[in-house]
Amino acid sequence: MARTHSPQLKMLTTFAAWSIGLMIFFPILWTILTSFKTEAQAIASPPIFVNFDWTLENYEVVRERSNYMRFLWNSIFIAGGSTLLGVLIAVPAAWSMAFVPSKRTKDILLWMLSTKMLPAVGVLYPLYLIFIELGILDTRLGLIVVLMLINLPIIVWMLYTYFKEIPGEILEAARMDGATLKAEIFYVLMPMAIPGIASTILLNVILAWNEAFWTLNLTAAKAAPLTAFIASYSSPEGLFYAKLSAASTMAIAPILILGWFSQKQLVRGLTFGAVK
Amino acid sequence: MSTTASRSAARVMMAPAVILLLGWMLVPLTMTVWFSFRKFLPLRGGDLGFAGFDNYVRFFTSSAFWPSVYTTLIIVISVLVITVVLGIFLAMLLDQPMWGQGIVRILVIAPFFVMPTVSALLWKNMFMDPVNGLFAHLFKAFGAEPVVWLTDAALPSIIMIVSWQWLPFATLILLTARQSLDSEQLEAAEMDGAPLLKRFWFIVLPHLGRAITVVILIQTIFILSIFAEIFVTTSGAFDTKTLTYLIFQRITDSQNIGLGSAGGVYAIILANIVALFLMRIVGKNLDT
Repeated sequence: MARTHSPQLKMLTTFAAWSIGLMIFFPILWTILTSFKTEAQAIASPPIFVNFDWTLENYEVVRERSNYMRFLWNSIFIAGGSTLLGVLIAVPAAWSMAFVPSKRTKDILLWMLSTKMLPAVGVLYPLYLIFIELGILDTRLGLIVVLMLINLPIIVWMLYTYFKEIPGEILEAARMDGATLKAEIFYVLMPMAIPGIASTILLNVILAWNEAFWTLNLTAAKAAPLTAFIASYSSPEGLFYAKLSAASTMAIAPILILGWFSQKQLVRGLTFGAVK
Repeated sequence: MSTTASRSAARVMMAPAVILLLGWMLVPLTMTVWFSFRKFLPLRGGDLGFAGFDNYVRFFTSSAFWPSVYTTLIIVISVLVITVVLGIFLAMLLDQPMWGQGIVRILVIAPFFVMPTVSALLWKNMFMDPVNGLFAHLFKAFGAEPVVWLTDAALPSIIMIVSWQWLPFATLILLTARQSLDSEQLEAAEMDGAPLLKRFWFIVLPHLGRAITVVILIQTIFILSIFAEIFVTTSGAFDTKTLTYLIFQRITDSQNIGLGSAGGVYAIILANIVALFLMRIVGKNLDT
């Protein structure tokens, strides 16, 4: 806004915004802090905030006890694999809907989104049977396929809104100038489409990483990703705050860092192109 | 640009996505409907034949059915109200000039990246635990009796956890929408002497309409089927059993596939009612 603001007002809003921001972030901060405490200090009364004996012991224990690396790899494979597969299938679909729209395009888009409303639990058992039949229960391949399918509508929708912003005249101009189809795709379309595709990939990696219905119900030991790794800490014998905190930090750190670094693209992605 | 050739090419390009989603929708759905008419107990004899509408009647008349529908709707509606109202407030606040805006935004967005199993476990143990949780310490510091959150106030606790997870999403979308509002209009209104509340009500809020629609649509899709938050905290006890969780228990705990499948069909019907309602708003509001 062009109005001049008094420094007092700015100070006040700064104070209010920081207080609320810290309040919202506090559970995560507290978890990270607790992960560096000893178990005794983690449940000390009154709680200790920073002046404890910082230790890395919990991370060591968690890593050894629960084979963190295997869960991490499963998460990376499943989130990455399902997103890439989804984008490969969605790009042509979204492309044709954006550039060769027909009367039914909008209906198809809404129908696709409506499949996301199917409650997963309604088809849990059939899917379980299909997975056994195909021999893909508790495999990364199985989860990649399922997560790709549940996120496909969102990927198509997002890509569609991005592609629609690319003006069709530019393609025609390139063609007039004698660009071959290959040149048209690689030098004209790709550079304009890449930011949208990147935002889509980011958001879907996060959605797939955090998905916790199919990953808990269709895996046992081999293909279990970090969501299952952390759920195993909910059992009473695993209830040690410092170790729970270390495990939690290890489960969320990769995606938290990725999310923070790509905030800008992510905001674009999150709004589904529907909010400018 | 759309010649007949490009039209058929478009159809070919769309085919994989459409066919996959159609298969994903129809195959398991058909199986669920099939099972819902069978007496099917994998651990007690397997498929015991046709059951007619028995499963549907039993699921519908069981004492757990209506409470689970209410619980589901209460969670969805409460979380929507909390996140949209607080989201609008936060969006307005974060839009003001301040020091360290970027950092505040990073702090606010963070819960969105935390996986549901982790956030449920954190809240359950480190905050809501009646002995060692931070809330208990806080209550004791003021001389009050600590609340046993996940037993005595289980539903509000779960609503709080889910709201915490989704507030960043609502805030971000609303903030983006707020920033796209032309400031000249607001300034003109201010010059004309319109008070702050009036400016908000008649200019800002209508402008946010589309963004609010997006927030409601996306959040409803995800919150209707929350699972991990309940699985990890109460396992459906203390009136926190959603329809999703009730069906999950019929299938995995009681191993009654027929009954669970009938429940699944009910869940699909409920989701469709909500979807129909939503799609109508979205179709109108999201004219793409």
